[in-house]
Amino acid sequence: MKKLSKGARSDLITYAAVILAFIVVSVLKSNGSLNRSQSGLLVPICCYIVMAVSLNLTVGILGDLSLGHAGFMSVGAFTGVITAMSLMNVIPSVWLRLTLAMIVGAFFAAVIGFLIGIPVLRLTGDYLAIVTLAFGEIIKELITCLLVGVDSEGLHIIFNVSGSKTANDLKLLEGGRVIIKGAQGATGTKTIASFTAGFILVMIALVIVQNLIRSRQGRAIMAVRDNRIAAESVGINVTRYKMMAFVTSAALAGAAGALFGLNYSNLAATKFDFNTSILVLVFVVLGGLGNIWGSIIATVVLYILPEALRGFANYRMLIYAIVLIVVMLATNNPVLKTYREELRAKFSRKDKKEAADT
Amino acid sequence: MKFLAYLVSGISLGSIYAIIALGYTMVYGIAKMLNFAHGDVIMIGGYVSFLAAKNLGVPPLVSVLIAMAVCTVLGIVIEALAYRPLRSAPSLAVLITAIGVSYLLQNSALLIWGANPKAYTPVVSGTLQLFDGQLSISYISLLTVACCIVIMVALTLFTGRTKMGKAMRACSEDKGAAQLMGINVNRTISLTFAIGSALAAIAGALLCSFSPALMPTTGSMPGIKAFTAAVFGGIGSIPGAFLGGILLGVIEALARAYISTQLSNSIVFAVLIIVLLVRPAGLLGKYTQEKV
Repeated sequence: MKKLSKGARSDLITYAAVILAFIVVSVLKSNGSLNRSQSGLLVPICCYIVMAVSLNLTVGILGDLSLGHAGFMSVGAFTGVITAMSLMNVIPSVWLRLTLAMIVGAFFAAVIGFLIGIPVLRLTGDYLAIVTLAFGEIIKELITCLLVGVDSEGLHIIFNVSGSKTANDLKLLEGGRVIIKGAQGATGTKTIASFTAGFILVMIALVIVQNLIRSRQGRAIMAVRDNRIAAESVGINVTRYKMMAFVTSAALAGAAGALFGLNYSNLAATKFDFNTSILVLVFVVLGGLGNIWGSIIATVVLYILPEALRGFANYRMLIYAIVLIVVMLATNNPVLKTYREELRAKFSRKDKKEAADT
Repeated sequence: MKFLAYLVSGISLGSIYAIIALGYTMVYGIAKMLNFAHGDVIMIGGYVSFLAAKNLGVPPLVSVLIAMAVCTVLGIVIEALAYRPLRSAPSLAVLITAIGVSYLLQNSALLIWGANPKAYTPVVSGTLQLFDGQLSISYISLLTVACCIVIMVALTLFTGRTKMGKAMRACSEDKGAAQLMGINVNRTISLTFAIGSALAAIAGALLCSFSPALMPTTGSMPGIKAFTAAVFGGIGSIPGAFLGGILLGVIEALARAYISTQLSNSIVFAVLIIVLLVRPAGLLGKYTQEKV
């Protein structure tokens, strides 16, 4: 058998672990070991895994701090819901509709990502962070002003800037339905998202991101992160690669958003606010920057943690906050860090020795 | 006349943003970190002054002084426990810790004081009638603007003229070199956090005097806006934070009055984006050329 490189091997392990987790959870779900609230967490977890993996591409691999990732999720969610709901009579197959919704969601998020990327990627550091935050808030408010309905004539869209219009102004024909009701967001959505779809989306996101990282383009993106000037001087087109990572990340977030949107019958745009962006950022940073595997684990653990702490009711967010601070302090503690590095050095020496023996 | 009224409300709102932004910008300038917990210190300041006025029956100004004292201590404690151990850590780690502190403060407030909004009694009440009653300016607006100007001037003098201020500027320039010159870097950073938190307490009292509903999440949005204001004016620059805050408040008030109530925040953020594209370091920020 061809000897795999270290990177490829860890990629395969990631895939295998995700597939294994899917099988275990599916078995648990089918024999009824999961209660209603637990199985209700499965689709959101898949969505947030994709969000974390895609944000890791921007923050960890590209090295630009984005505080508006939920904005892309929001774009994907609402375009996805519109697609799925308006095609309800045309396409009877749930799977085809779900797939189309995710593709449309990813497409629109990518377009928005590209448009935002043009100004944003000219900035660096904290300035870039604040501008992505600003865009996230703008997207949220714009969607809050949106009224969308569908009838036999097609889509009706009103942009409700003055705040005085209601769903009646859409002038829908008999049998038409309102899809997005301004500040209330998407209402009466038919929930077609499923755990299997979530798993497939996670796998697709992993394949895209891991292959991108290991490719020539991925190395160029990491070179830009490590030293922009040096990368530019060896002929790497900085803007192009930054845009590539940013748009890919946005598209994946859009697909995750579409799945997320189709998992709830009611969803308001305010769900995708600054706090959601921060939530995903926390997953990425605690999982380890640039570490895809870490993002997945951190997402699962941190998403379940507040739910698992439901017994503590009011104290759960407090505990969450303390866990967050303590983990950050512990992972960055100089004493623990040297200890960990020593441990790692010991193991890698062992690895090398084994490699030399064989 | 209506325009003037909107302008006045914009300037007074902007003054609150400016006071918060001054705290943000000082902390950023010296510790090079985005202190996301700043907005929540504002909220704590609001609660402390509310409770002091209600339970101890002290006059409003004394309640603000108590809030300042509590927030100063809080700021120093937060810095010592959460941020100091991360002095050499990557900036993202510090950012996440700051977010953790922000959650911690919000949820502690939620547990202690509950989610129901408290009706804050304004620090001063009454309005000033001008032009035969066509334009009315509340005293709280005047107080806010006056506070903001006094604080701005005091901070400029403090950082420019005093020894501690010089130490602060030295630390923000180069921590290592400052330490070699015999400056106690840790103490200087503590002092900066103390000043920033005291300002946050003042801002909290003023903010709650304007919109009296006091909740655990009261500080979040003003915190983000003030952060935007600080970046807008050029983060790290004291006059910049002042200018950014005032402009942001005016733009927000005018956008709300003339364009759209729903989109007022979007318009503020859109202006920020445009400004950053033209002047990447903010209005009064120093743009340093990258040297290779």
